[in-house]
Amino acid sequence: MKFLEKIVHKQEPKFAKGGKFEKWNPVFESFMTLAFTPHHTTKKGSHIRDGVDLKRTMVTVIFAMVPALLFGIYNAGHWDYAVEMGDRDIAFWADQGTKIWRGLMIVLPMIIVSYGVGLTIEFIFALRRGHALHEGFLVSGMLIPLVMPADVPLWMVGVATAFAVIIGKEIFGGTGMNILNIALTARAFLFFAYPTSMSGDKVWMSGLEETGGIDGFSGATALGDAASFMTDKMTVAGTEVTSDIAISTFENNYSLMDSMIGMIPGSIGETSFIAIMIGAAILLFTGVGSLRIMASFFLGGWLMGVVLNAVGGNPYFDLGAEYHLMIGGFAFGAVFMATDPVTAAQTNVGKLIYGFLGGVVAILIRVLNPAYPEGVMLAILFMNVMAPIIDHYVVQANVKRRMKRLKTA
Amino acid sequence: MSEVAEKVKAPRESLFSKKNRKLVTDPLTDNNPITIQVLGICSALAITVQVEQAFWMSVSVLFVLVLGNMVISMLRNMIPSRIRIIVQLVVVASLVIIVDLMLAAFVPDVSEKLSVFVGLIITNCIIMGRFEAFAMGNKVGPSLMDGLGNSFGYAWILILVAVVRELFGSGTLWGFPIFGDYIAGDGLYSLGYVNNNMMILPPMALIIVGIIIWVQRARNKALIEDH
Repeated sequence: MKFLEKIVHKQEPKFAKGGKFEKWNPVFESFMTLAFTPHHTTKKGSHIRDGVDLKRTMVTVIFAMVPALLFGIYNAGHWDYAVEMGDRDIAFWADQGTKIWRGLMIVLPMIIVSYGVGLTIEFIFALRRGHALHEGFLVSGMLIPLVMPADVPLWMVGVATAFAVIIGKEIFGGTGMNILNIALTARAFLFFAYPTSMSGDKVWMSGLEETGGIDGFSGATALGDAASFMTDKMTVAGTEVTSDIAISTFENNYSLMDSMIGMIPGSIGETSFIAIMIGAAILLFTGVGSLRIMASFFLGGWLMGVVLNAVGGNPYFDLGAEYHLMIGGFAFGAVFMATDPVTAAQTNVGKLIYGFLGGVVAILIRVLNPAYPEGVMLAILFMNVMAPIIDHYVVQANVKRRMKRLKTA
Repeated sequence: MSEVAEKVKAPRESLFSKKNRKLVTDPLTDNNPITIQVLGICSALAITVQVEQAFWMSVSVLFVLVLGNMVISMLRNMIPSRIRIIVQLVVVASLVIIVDLMLAAFVPDVSEKLSVFVGLIITNCIIMGRFEAFAMGNKVGPSLMDGLGNSFGYAWILILVAVVRELFGSGTLWGFPIFGDYIAGDGLYSLGYVNNNMMILPPMALIIVGIIIWVQRARNKALIEDH
């Protein structure tokens, strides 16, 4: 390693000011700091305030995402295989080799496209503006594939990434300046731009669209099913049923245990509660993720679930609060999206409010608006916009409190 | 508009003097009503889904702004400044009613699509802005040129936004399919291309206008305001 580093360092003057390749300095520097421990720490930016290079923080987050990613690959492969077999109930843990291979074929191209497009744009901006390449896209580029349905066309991933990086980030000034979470911007863009590829019951399993679906083979997610057969008509497989049957069918299809392990269809990274919790543990242990946000997000969601249980209405209102935390992207959003230090609230009290309201809004959108079965994305984006206001009032309240103390003393 | 100022008149200027030509060319680029003054944004959001609508909207605004500017300029010395806004409103409103009826008579289907937005030209800030800022203090000739310039400046942004939105949102331009038939799924659509639904939603118009502003200011740094 020392030997390699020496060779690379020898090249450094060529890229320094006045050197032969001065123009390419941003590219050179970014690859070097990625490969070797840099001898300086990040000083600017709103997101990081200790002596680590920003790149290390980002890499930690990527490590935390690995369990969800691995499970997502297996899960995508499983459902692809199940579609081909024409049997929704094939054993989850059988034929692992085939499933892993198929999952890789689905997920890897998405990761390549996401990084390829995103980093190309970042490089162009870095070269034009003459600053070092920003590290922020390391995490976003991995998050984007994880929030996509398995069957989304690759060009859409590319378009969404370009949109998110340019409109979501670069026009605000690059890494650390963005108002909205990049990966969620990409997802929201696709959700509104190409709704047929981002929602419904055909997109969550690779291959279901082409085969047209086999009779009785539902590719819907837990949330999609919940929204469709627990709200107005309560139809299961074409026949109208009572609310008891609707709930029991739902609980049968998506048992708490299945949802916890993640053996249900959904976006690639979001299905497994356990894998996400491993990631959460890594984030919390290394101090990169905020416990305040995660915990209050879960608490907000759970309390809203309890409130809706108490209010009642249709069977969806009565769905157990703990279910809401397991299905859909709730856990993924709480752990990886809401905690994004750039877009979240900065003050400690603000973090609590931000997380709590995020959880509440997520469940509200989910249950009350069947047109948007996944409320977490919209809730977090909404709270991203609100975060500066929350911080402002927290700071103001603190100033007021201390002014009072000053006067009385 | 004081009497004294009237008496020391500059020598007669031709309608196409350099100064007057600048009145037309300036609003096209460095003093564009939409991208620089950020006026008339509401109509830019509402009627840029199709190029056809944007075109007729631009024609209507052109008519109202040019005639209105001239009328106000003719009346400028007779309007008591305390009620000038009301007088201006009356002028715009009567012109807008003429436009509305003309559209309904000659291009009824466009008139139906534009519906309330033609009437809302009355509240278009560009028009009142030009009356206040220019026509009230200038002669008829320059006011005519100013009206033309600002409506062209408004029109090209509107049509540019509409071209982008219609092309990517519906795959057509002025109603003609560009990428093939969407419903039959031939042409580009057979390759898996899908129309971008977000282009049809109003926020996308804001984003496109924002990008135009960005490009414009990146090219001409003098336009960037200080903070």
